Amino acid sequence: MGNHVLDTTYIDFYKEKGKYSGLFSWIFSTDHKRIGIMYLFGMVIFFLVGMTLGFLMKLEMLTKGQTIVDAQTYNAFFTLHGIIMIFLFIIPGIPAAFGNFFLPIQIGAKDVAFPRLNLLSWWLYIFGGLLAIFSLFLAGGPIDTGWTFYVPYSIRTQTNVIIPLLAAFILGFSSILTGLNFVTTVHRLRAPGMTFFKMPLFVWALYSTAWIQVVATPVIGITIVLVIVERLFGVGLFDPALGGDPVLFQHLFWIYSHPAVYIMILPAMGVVSEIIPTFARRTIFGYKAIAFSSLAIAFIGYFVWAHHMFTSGMSETARFVFSLLTFLVAIPSGVKVFNWVATLYKGSIYPGVPLLYVMAFIFLFSIGGLTGLVLGSLATNVHVHDTYFVVAHFHYVMFGGTAMILFAALHYWFPKMFGKMYNEKTAKVALALIFIGFNTMYFTMFILGYQGMPRRYWDYLPEYTALHHISTFGSWILVAGLLLMFYNLLMGLLKGEKAPMNPWGGTTLEWTVPSPPPLENFDVIPTVTHEPYYHPNEEEKH
Amino acid sequence: MSQEQHTADKHQVGYGTYVLIWLVLLSLTVTTVAVSGINLGNFILFTALLIALVKSILVVNVFMHIKFDEPIFKVFLGVAIMTLLAVFILISFDIFFR
Repeated sequence: MGNHVLDTTYIDFYKEKGKYSGLFSWIFSTDHKRIGIMYLFGMVIFFLVGMTLGFLMKLEMLTKGQTIVDAQTYNAFFTLHGIIMIFLFIIPGIPAAFGNFFLPIQIGAKDVAFPRLNLLSWWLYIFGGLLAIFSLFLAGGPIDTGWTFYVPYSIRTQTNVIIPLLAAFILGFSSILTGLNFVTTVHRLRAPGMTFFKMPLFVWALYSTAWIQVVATPVIGITIVLVIVERLFGVGLFDPALGGDPVLFQHLFWIYSHPAVYIMILPAMGVVSEIIPTFARRTIFGYKAIAFSSLAIAFIGYFVWAHHMFTSGMSETARFVFSLLTFLVAIPSGVKVFNWVATLYKGSIYPGVPLLYVMAFIFLFSIGGLTGLVLGSLATNVHVHDTYFVVAHFHYVMFGGTAMILFAALHYWFPKMFGKMYNEKTAKVALALIFIGFNTMYFTMFILGYQGMPRRYWDYLPEYTALHHISTFGSWILVAGLLLMFYNLLMGLLKGEKAPMNPWGGTTLEWTVPSPPPLENFDVIPTVTHEPYYHPNEEEKH
Repeated sequence: MSQEQHTADKHQVGYGTYVLIWLVLLSLTVTTVAVSGINLGNFILFTALLIALVKSILVVNVFMHIKFDEPIFKVFLGVAIMTLLAVFILISFDIFFR
């Protein structure tokens, strides 16, 4: 695949003179690349806030009783940590930052289908985020319901609930608009020859995710409105005394929030399917199986939500049905992991930083996935429900899974996005610290959990002290690794060497345009003639 | 679909039809309210949902142009409706077996 920008003295999109200059050239830009970068910076800032809260929570748990904050503040901390990390970091996550930047380029388009709508979704994201943070400083104090907003507590608590709920509602709109944009872009703007089965697997993953965003997100919007109505008018939707049902809230909440887990992880799986063939120097094993497994995960992921509710008083039949359905998700997930590993087999592997992140991901995500089976089984679920075991499980899946791959994507596409290289050696040290810190911090929680340590508790019994110490110590290593990673990338951005067009030997379309790409990506819209991970020398080598 | 065809399709529905559909919707609303006063026992929910279904079909097909637009929109709508149906069926495993 050749170079699709003709002029060697091209102007990259950062230098392109638009209608506005300075800050306005960013916040009013409809260029998908600028919007992607704005999302990325927004998310990194929110991540740092969420990370600080998490760090402080672990510090609080260092000793029994009060260490640095009181119980009420601790409740606010875990709620905010959850809201920020989920609604402002991981849900927009890979699609909003890397999807916006790379989806159009990977399918040979000049932009997304609706650039202005794209800008609106960024504005809604920022507005929603600021509203959530603004609510902390209002009378009544920060929300303390946990990020799940469970009734009846969310209806009775005197803290500020309505404004963070409105923030989540607005963020949901942002997500729907991004999904709508991506579905339309994939259907309408593919380059000539780019059939569905010639699309990169990252695009397949974004496409599957976009469907979930469009179809599932309205449910959380409706649920949020119902909680607000219930709080303001007490109509009794969730109150048994007035004919309502508190379990109904949990159904409605998880009908969105479980598919949302796949909004978080599917794009990450797409990134893995990009990085592995590039660094193994060979085509992906089982392209169609991976593409269809994304759709299958999106589809089955819709019908498993009530596995979050096994101990909430749901019927026995429903528990059995949802437990069974939950196990079905393991099949397409297993297909993916098998194909990734099979791609590496007999590859000419170059252990670059992005691939090392992917290796860490496969290890951590496998632990997260297998402990998910423990939670999906009815009998064991009852034992470990609402304990640290659950906390460890979802951090292995979400942090060890999605966030690890977000960092992998950042290291993989950094040269393309910013036209600079980072220090690979420092990046490897940072990853080692992150990996060690992560396991020290969260694996301990599995043990604490099955020993009976409940989640969201501010205090604990003396027998848990040693494990809490180890876990808190792990959080220090983890945070040190994360800070080193961000510092290294920042240094790369400010002082890094100029990146070549294709530093890793990638084969998808983004590697055929200069780093950073010009304003409309391509001078000539490419014509696609072969599959995305075609390595011409591969057959000679084997 | 060419631009002219698209424009022609847009004008398939006259104002008369819109007004007629609006009147039908109003009368169905009146029917819903009237029926709620009659004790139909177990059929009360079924009746209300049936009327709502008829109203939705009219709105989606005529006011939202699904009947006259490209088939892909029917696919999108179909996916949403099937998802909703699946959600109802799965929740019924809880509601009816408690």
